[in-house]
Amino acid sequence: MNNHTPNKRLKRRYRFEKIFKSSAVLALSLAACFLIFFFYNIISTGYSAFEQAEILADVQYNEATVKNYNKAIDKPLRKVISRGVLRTIPLYMEAHPELMNTTRSEWLTADSEVDQYLKGQPNRLKAKEIQYIVQLQEEGKVRLAFNTNFFTNGDSKMPELAGIKSAVVGSIYVLLVTILVALPIGVMTAIYLEEFAPDNRGTQLIEVNINNLAAIPSILFGLLGLAIFINFFGVPRSSSLVGGLTLALMTLPVIIITTRASLRAVPGSIREAAYGLGASRWQTVSHHVLPLALPGILTGSIIGLAQAMGETAPLLIIGMMAYIPDTPTGFTEVATVLPAQIFTWAGESIRAYEERTAAAIMVLLAVLLSMNSLAVWLRKKFEVRW
Amino acid sequence: MKKHLIAITALAATSFFAGMTAQAAEDRIHIVGSSTVYPFASYVAEEFGQTTNFNTPVIESTGSGGGMKLFCAGNGMDTPDITNSSRRIKDKELKLCNENGVEDITEIVIGFDGIAIAQSKTNKAVNFTRKQILLAVAAEVPNKAGTALIANPYKYWNEIDASLPHRPIIFYGPPTSSGTRDAFEDLVMKSLTKKMDVYTNLYKKDEKANKKYKKYKTIRTDGVYVPAGENDNLIVQKLLTNEDAFGIFGYSFLEENSDRVSAATVEGVTPAPAAISSGKYPVSRSLFFYIKNDHLKKVKGMSEYVKLFIDEKMIGDDGNLTEIGLIALPEKNRNEIRARFAKHTKLTLEDLKNK
Repeated sequence: MNNHTPNKRLKRRYRFEKIFKSSAVLALSLAACFLIFFFYNIISTGYSAFEQAEILADVQYNEATVKNYNKAIDKPLRKVISRGVLRTIPLYMEAHPELMNTTRSEWLTADSEVDQYLKGQPNRLKAKEIQYIVQLQEEGKVRLAFNTNFFTNGDSKMPELAGIKSAVVGSIYVLLVTILVALPIGVMTAIYLEEFAPDNRGTQLIEVNINNLAAIPSILFGLLGLAIFINFFGVPRSSSLVGGLTLALMTLPVIIITTRASLRAVPGSIREAAYGLGASRWQTVSHHVLPLALPGILTGSIIGLAQAMGETAPLLIIGMMAYIPDTPTGFTEVATVLPAQIFTWAGESIRAYEERTAAAIMVLLAVLLSMNSLAVWLRKKFEVRW
Repeated sequence: MKKHLIAITALAATSFFAGMTAQAAEDRIHIVGSSTVYPFASYVAEEFGQTTNFNTPVIESTGSGGGMKLFCAGNGMDTPDITNSSRRIKDKELKLCNENGVEDITEIVIGFDGIAIAQSKTNKAVNFTRKQILLAVAAEVPNKAGTALIANPYKYWNEIDASLPHRPIIFYGPPTSSGTRDAFEDLVMKSLTKKMDVYTNLYKKDEKANKKYKKYKTIRTDGVYVPAGENDNLIVQKLLTNEDAFGIFGYSFLEENSDRVSAATVEGVTPAPAAISSGKYPVSRSLFFYIKNDHLKKVKGMSEYVKLFIDEKMIGDDGNLTEIGLIALPEKNRNEIRARFAKHTKLTLEDLKNK
């Protein structure tokens, strides 16, 4: 009886261990399944957006075209070529007068219905138009080419012309403002709190508040941004400046917290050694502690910025979720960002936007993934073990 | 030294922001408002940006109510120049506008939008009267005898009317912030309840406490009507997965998804352009935008933008906007609108009273 008991207990312990392990594995595989499903869903709907139908047409540049852009191409082609391309011809001719009275064979962007038809998606082409496309196909005048519009155009109400350029440039401007504002303020605050500030009620209060701010829903920062930057300081609404400042507010707590953590991870012996050699407090921090903590600070900041890059809620309040097809050229100009672009496309009634939304998500994911890998790489490269 | 540094920084910051404000040049039109008008307005804005040398206007989709709030906040150049709306401006909104110095407004009607009651195409065709829809969505409905109001007990359509199928009642529709919801409440609920004694008698009994019964429009919140967000694509998706459900959304989404959803007929009429334009289809409404006339001279390209919008090639019978789901006004009204804009006719409270 007695020598059975430990055996039984051992068995039970093994059993528990097995259950624990297998439930952990189950959790992991469930997470992996979600991830795979998500990627499969996005990539399978989005990959086709990187190709766009084009049609070879003879474009006539003459007086009649200047007056009515439809005259640039033959009548049957007008139904299948994007009107958005044709309407820009008169202004284009104004800029290039040498084109007057010439005819050129050019690949023009096809209408999105044609594009959807060629990709085997639901479309609203009539039987006659399909017949015409088949005929053009036989003549080799239709092709699916790399969708350069997607990267060189801004938003458009015509899916065949819609692109992410203005949103990407807007995102870069916004992120630049965020970095320039949040990084210095965040790091300096953290250094003061960690290295200089006395430990009293006041600093404890600040600390609690900072930790609390990091957990606040991001939409509140939008309201704050509206009240402070737009209504009080009069920063132009919808501009990348106000977007960057608002996101900087949101990123600050994250940067402060991670910076403090990495400063704290620098062993006290290093500070004591510096003091021992007669270094002042500021010299100790700037010559020794800060360089050693830098990899951690950078990692934390990059992750904070990646979070800001993917944020939409606060931007809704300050007017950046809007139809803004023009690429911004300065910080005070109106701008939109990539996640906001994805949001607006997801609400479009035209079905061809579905694949473009997924493609924009792929681009956003790629950017975020590379930012996060950069953070991991920096940590690996500069990490110091004590 | 330190003090100087702080002072200099503060000065630099202030001048930086001040510079910003001064620099906000009016070379771009700023538009806000309805998410229903947004697709049409942004289409015109793009055309405007692409075919002229003016900047493309910025259009924020804030919902009709949100747009009015921003539009009426003041007459300064930092406020929106135009607001889109999927319903007419309300008395109190115009009053707010006037109080804040926005006195010279012109109202433009661009066309109609039908609200479809749609279902997945796998279902049989179905016809409703407005009364049946009211009984399905109202929070309080008349009892069988029609003498008093009770909390809505209906769970299946055939409980409302034996001729309807035995099918659970479930609606996916717009949330309260939406102009589509306002229009649905007006056209389906208020238009009937204001004539139904069982509601109005309660109002007559105590005008203050029972104000809501004058034109009753409260939608039930027991899970039968599901507010599905401003994104109409989401409602279409939901209809495909839940075949019992009906969705409430604009005509343009119905047209674009006609291969997978179909509309219920209302009082025997299918939501189609001709029926909506003539007013035969009962659940349809006008779409508007409102212009600050004081901004017309100060914002570059603003009157050109409005002219392009109300041009025949945009809102005409074969205009570009009809291709993306707008339903054109009768020709006479279109000409009237153009004349109204040419004269910058000022909208007054009187105009709102006599509809």
